[in-house]
Amino acid sequence: MAPSTSSTVTLNINGEKHTLSVDHRTTLLDALRERLDLTGTKKGCDQGQCGACTVLVDGRRTVSCLQLAVASQEREITTVEGLAEGERLHPVQRAFLDLDGFQCGYCTPGQICSAVAVIEEHAAGWPSAVTEDVRPEAGPPPLTPEEIRERMSGNLCRCGAYGQIVQAVARAAAAGTPTEGAAA
Amino acid sequence: MTTATTGAATPTGVVGTAHTRVEGRDKVTGAARYAGEIPFAGLAHGWLVLSTVARGRILSVGTGPVLSMPGVLAVLHHGNAPRLTTDYVGMLGVPPDPTAAVFQDDRVPHAGWPVALVVAETPEQAREAAEALVVTYEREPHDIVFSDARPDTYPADGHLPALTEKGDMEAELAASAHVVDEEYTTPEEHHAMMEPHAATARWDGGRLDVVDSNQGTTWVADELVRMFSLDASAVRVRSEHVGGGFGSKRLRAHQVSAVMAATLLRRPVRVVLTRRQMFSLSGYRSPTTQRIRLGADPDGRLRALEHRSLNQTSTVWEFVEPSTGVARVLYDADAHRTENRVVRLDVPSPTWMRAPGEAPGSFAMEAALDELAEKCGLDPIELRLRNEPERGPVSGLEFAGRNLAACFREGARRFGWADRDPRPGVRREGRWLLGTGTAAASFPVGALPSTAAVTAEPDGTFTVRIAAADIGTGARTALTLVAADALRVPIVRVRVRIGDSDFGPAGIAGGSMGTRSWAWAVTAAAGELRERLAAGGTVPPEGITVRSDTTAALGALARKERHSYGAQFAEAAVDVTTGEVRVRRMLGVFAAGRIVNPLTARNQLVGGMTWGISMALHEEAVRDGASGGLYGGDLAGYHVASHADVPAIEADWVDDQDPDDPVGIKGIGEVGIVGAAAAVANAVWHATGVRHRCLPIRPDRVLRAGGPRV
Repeated sequence: MAPSTSSTVTLNINGEKHTLSVDHRTTLLDALRERLDLTGTKKGCDQGQCGACTVLVDGRRTVSCLQLAVASQEREITTVEGLAEGERLHPVQRAFLDLDGFQCGYCTPGQICSAVAVIEEHAAGWPSAVTEDVRPEAGPPPLTPEEIRERMSGNLCRCGAYGQIVQAVARAAAAGTPTEGAAA
Repeated sequence: MTTATTGAATPTGVVGTAHTRVEGRDKVTGAARYAGEIPFAGLAHGWLVLSTVARGRILSVGTGPVLSMPGVLAVLHHGNAPRLTTDYVGMLGVPPDPTAAVFQDDRVPHAGWPVALVVAETPEQAREAAEALVVTYEREPHDIVFSDARPDTYPADGHLPALTEKGDMEAELAASAHVVDEEYTTPEEHHAMMEPHAATARWDGGRLDVVDSNQGTTWVADELVRMFSLDASAVRVRSEHVGGGFGSKRLRAHQVSAVMAATLLRRPVRVVLTRRQMFSLSGYRSPTTQRIRLGADPDGRLRALEHRSLNQTSTVWEFVEPSTGVARVLYDADAHRTENRVVRLDVPSPTWMRAPGEAPGSFAMEAALDELAEKCGLDPIELRLRNEPERGPVSGLEFAGRNLAACFREGARRFGWADRDPRPGVRREGRWLLGTGTAAASFPVGALPSTAAVTAEPDGTFTVRIAAADIGTGARTALTLVAADALRVPIVRVRVRIGDSDFGPAGIAGGSMGTRSWAWAVTAAAGELRERLAAGGTVPPEGITVRSDTTAALGALARKERHSYGAQFAEAAVDVTTGEVRVRRMLGVFAAGRIVNPLTARNQLVGGMTWGISMALHEEAVRDGASGGLYGGDLAGYHVASHADVPAIEADWVDDQDPDDPVGIKGIGEVGIVGAAAAVANAVWHATGVRHRCLPIRPDRVLRAGGPRV
């Protein structure tokens, strides 16, 4: 008997469960795009080099081209389609739109998913390679443009909209911390 | 039936005001669908197979075992593919690149040449079968050595004459007080737009329907019509959202092979290039070797200017990287000579890439000018201002607005240039040496004949239809503003539809010509519609449509030197311990005609300058002599500037107009990269005292070059 080359998986995407039979070779990215018609997640290189396929898996950034669909069960997956609440854009989406944080738009879903996680990682006190004081008691460093650039560097934008993206991430981060914003 | 209203008495005047992109919401929510994302029932997936040898003949294609693999539907190759017509000259005046005319014979002219297409039910099946396909070759020795010393280089015209020449070069050089005579090189560079080339082809009611990602639906449809010998009305190409182009997104192997497969299988077939395939199938900027000789009087006035450039092309297609174009526009001299040469190698075909010619040419010319300024003891801006020509140095034509000096003055003021100590290698901050540099930019202004249709709808809105392409430029939004002004209505009443060859012929998104070409057509149609509606009457249910065609207007345009200009400024920091170069800040001030949408225009100009940083410091595709292919032909091996590489960049503009354009537009897509790499290189010299004439300025080159402080 030939070995089975497909399995039935249940993927939890944007709060919705999808049960489907997938080829074992199918990446999470292809499952989203080709099987579930969730084409907001982009395929820029299919090699984990560009970040266009970034989604959130259990709240953490993941390049979905390097994760197999069969390995994605029982995870909470959030794609760019799952960020807005109805007609109300996520603060990161709003900031990207208002500040023109993109040109062609193809890296944009990945940048936005990455930015959502960057803001959370930073708030949780995760240091980056450019953080000067990495002692746990130091708390989150200021989210400077340099910190944002470092943390967002897994997401390429060939159009070169980096400046506007950094501004958008900073604005969205500030919007998400009302106490700091009110004090400022 | 509705009474037509346009606000003839209250011009809205939205051109020149900032607007977010009309499709922006779709792009930030993931709703915008790109070419590979439109679903079709019964879709099959094609996967290209590329040659593993750099030169030779295909002996066999092992289709048998592959055809019996699960889900495989067909294997197309030179032995069974339909014959194509390739002996034509396309819309832009060039014959097709044979790389796109796939599977026509057994020749392999370079590594990564398309030799087969495997079609299967799913992408996974197609990919595995393509990787399993055994192709055998009769291998021939290949030659990929790019060198100015080769005997087989030759002058070539391309879009510009190969050679321009006046005066006695040797005599003027001999009479010059200061001479610069140097060679500059730039490496092979790739477009690397984020969205890979993708197309789905299908036959629909007797018509070929191709959903594609390209820089001009008219352009691609026209090529498919000719290549497949079809009736022009039988081909429709759509391209609504395009994930970047930069010159690469034209007719390529993916559309042609998809059409072949869809025709054979009678079902929709999608072919998407992989990132690695893009590095051999979608064009690139050739490496250049440039020699510049400048001779000047003691006061810096140029007596002699010679600019020679060599680029490589494939054995199957001649492409000229016209690097000497900048010298023909920016500077005059008593003896003035420019020449573009090419050499044919066993390499993939290069093509237009953002500021073709001007990008590498301006690096060499503007770096050489900086060297001359040093020799003359002059400020580099002053040297340029002293050499501002009154007429086109080669053409003798008058300039249609040349505000380069204004760009330098405004840029110098904002960058703080007046406080600059001209001495190199004297500013140190910890382990960093600091320096600043400047360079001039220019890029030709053009327009291509275009048609547009503007419809007054019965509900009081207006629909613009034009086969324009928005490859990230913001063209869709710009045209919305232009149409609103021409109709004198608020933008909320204007809907612009683009990216469909059925809308009628239009020019491409290329050569910085897109928005100018299309805005001209939209303005003409909208203006006439407004006049018609002003005459009164009602709008019938089908609306009132006015069509325009700019062919005659463009043909009547007076011959002038028409260009956008800019002054680039950069501050670089050089790490004396690692040789790393960091750009700390950059400013570009441009004279680029009337700016339609400052929000998107600034983004695009900054994007071009970002390319300049990337070109100066990072980008370099390296060919392996043994295989003829690239080392690391992907986004890990080929580094483009990332977030961490790019500082705050400012772009702004001075008042400028093209008086002969109905909207005043010139073009901004390319001028942002021109001169940008030179400004960085000049800043590195100012920091270290060492001239870097080979791009990119890698850490190992900085360390090896030494210098007083490194």
